[in-house]
Amino acid sequence: MIGSVGAVAARDLKLAMRRQADLVSVLFFFIIVASLFPLGVGPEPQLLKKLAPGVLWVGALLATMLSLPRLFADDYRDGTLEQLVLAPQPLGLTVIGKVVAHWLVSGLPLALLAPVLGLQFDLETDALLILTVSLLIGTPALSGIGAVGAALTLGLRGGGVLVSLLVLPLYIPVLIFGAGAVDATVTGMGAEAHLSILGALAIGGVFFAPWATAAALRISLE
Amino acid sequence: MNNRLINWFKYASPQSFYPLAGKMIPWFAAAGAVFGIAGLWIGMAVAPTDFQQGEGYRIIFIHVPASWMSMFIYLVMAFWAALGLAYNTRLSGMMAQALAPTGALMAFLSLWTGALWGKPMWGTWWVWDARLTSELILLFLYIGFIALQAAIDDPRRADKAGAVLALVGVVNIPIIYFSVKWWNTLHQGASVSLNRAPAMASLMLWGMLLMALAFWMYSIAIALYRARTIMLERERGTEWVKETLAAEGAK
Amino acid sequence: MLEAFDLECIRGERRLFAGVDFRLEGGEMLFLQGKNGSGKTTLLRMICGLTPPAAGEIRWQGAAIGRLGEDYREVLCYLGHLNAIKEELTPLENLTASAKLAGETLTEDEALDALEAVGLLGREDLPCKYLSQGQKRRVALSRLVHEKRALWVLDEPFVALDVAAVAWLAGLIGAHLQRGGLAVLTTHQAVDIPAGAVKELKLS
Repeated sequence: MIGSVGAVAARDLKLAMRRQADLVSVLFFFIIVASLFPLGVGPEPQLLKKLAPGVLWVGALLATMLSLPRLFADDYRDGTLEQLVLAPQPLGLTVIGKVVAHWLVSGLPLALLAPVLGLQFDLETDALLILTVSLLIGTPALSGIGAVGAALTLGLRGGGVLVSLLVLPLYIPVLIFGAGAVDATVTGMGAEAHLSILGALAIGGVFFAPWATAAALRISLE
Repeated sequence: MNNRLINWFKYASPQSFYPLAGKMIPWFAAAGAVFGIAGLWIGMAVAPTDFQQGEGYRIIFIHVPASWMSMFIYLVMAFWAALGLAYNTRLSGMMAQALAPTGALMAFLSLWTGALWGKPMWGTWWVWDARLTSELILLFLYIGFIALQAAIDDPRRADKAGAVLALVGVVNIPIIYFSVKWWNTLHQGASVSLNRAPAMASLMLWGMLLMALAFWMYSIAIALYRARTIMLERERGTEWVKETLAAEGAK
Repeated sequence: MLEAFDLECIRGERRLFAGVDFRLEGGEMLFLQGKNGSGKTTLLRMICGLTPPAAGEIRWQGAAIGRLGEDYREVLCYLGHLNAIKEELTPLENLTASAKLAGETLTEDEALDALEAVGLLGREDLPCKYLSQGQKRRVALSRLVHEKRALWVLDEPFVALDVAAVAWLAGLIGAHLQRGGLAVLTTHQAVDIPAGAVKELKLS
């Protein structure tokens, strides 16, 4: 069982490594969005510090969303997805493998990049730490939930915009608790409660959403 | 048991549902009109002026039933969706598709009347109150559902994809509501909540109840009407539709 | 044994076919014929369980394929009109990756042997995006060389192949039938399969 998840994840990672431009453009999107905010609202450090958790989290969320179509669209176009659906292992496990690979090339680098951007917003060390931790815990949920939207919109006109319509409302709890954790640290309250709820959301996103994704993939391939 | 099952599935076919719905619509529409007039009369004319909020409060006779309906319709939609995925009946998808615009309309009405109420009460059109925010997200969920169905050409795929989305949505609604509430208690921005309605006079309660019934009847009637239109459109190649249309044209 | 009962296919508003029955024993091949748009590919996808039929049922060894699920997918090998190969990977990587994803083990020797059979030896380390259409098709077909699963479902397998390759593939399918395998395929060319009983089904 672990083997089949690993096989799918390994293949997707290998493909991502041969197509690094995609990965890099997602990261640059995140950097640019985060840098636009000071230009929009003005450079006062107090204001920026207050905005930082929300801005960085929304930026990470949008960057993840932009990378979602890649999750299944290529496999759909070249026929590999049919083979994955027809493989003897449960499709849900295949999806978990793909979600893990997606997180490793989108969520993980975003989380590691976030503290650097946090410096632009004058965040303290402990807030930077919690920002990274909250993104590490929260982004798997974004990948998992996003996969449902990506599977539902497979092969449709305007799929990219449609994905955001379907997925963004479902991202709200992750955003609230992720940004809330950083905010709580900045204002001196503990972030543990936020982080544990975020963890629960991530478990739901990675282990339950894939079965809905599997159903959606079957429907899209009919 | 077996007999009952067969009966249920008989009405699940569009061909037998179409005339049945046609007979039901006028009744629901009439009941909706009667309840609506009675509710509005009580709400606008009979119920006493609120000593704190003046006449402005009367908008809750629209606002509260609309909010109830918007949430309830999503549940009904998810129910049809689950039924459609489990039994693969064509009617389920049509009903879900027919309900979505009404649900979105209710959510929109609830937001709009909420804003109209908020202006005189709090001096602002919009506050990030937990309930208003959840209602806004619910409207987003409806719009996502409608947009997804509109983007898919094949009606069977549209039904099934919509069903998966509705079910994912219904699982997420409590999570979203809970997290928005948590968020709201942490950020003490909005101190007034629609929640804190004054102790309601029984007359007001009656008015609200009648209006809720009116909204119910309206929703059922309009959903059935829309379902009939969807049926004709989707099955326009079949014999029964041609016969039905010929019969209706002859009248 | 693969059986189909009274299959019906509706796409959009059009009924593509209805009342399709067939029965296929081990060692037999079903040859689907019909014009473009007559539903050949859709029928193949139904046999795979990708597209549910509007009416009717498909059974494998007497059990409905929907109910068999993974047990059925274990005996099924599907080659669609899309090649299902990754442009970024080399032929060798494509072959081993697809075997692994299908839950099979394929040694490197076997994989190289398969690539030699389709005439791609020497190009096994070249990313597939540099190959021609015909060569890409051969990469896809190389999956069949060591394929031991009982039911082959092939959508236009002979397209984009030269004469020698067509004869080679026909021989491969013939050997599969001789081992007691089953095959369902569509093609526009007249191809002589050297062994096995051939049934024909015309969709109109």
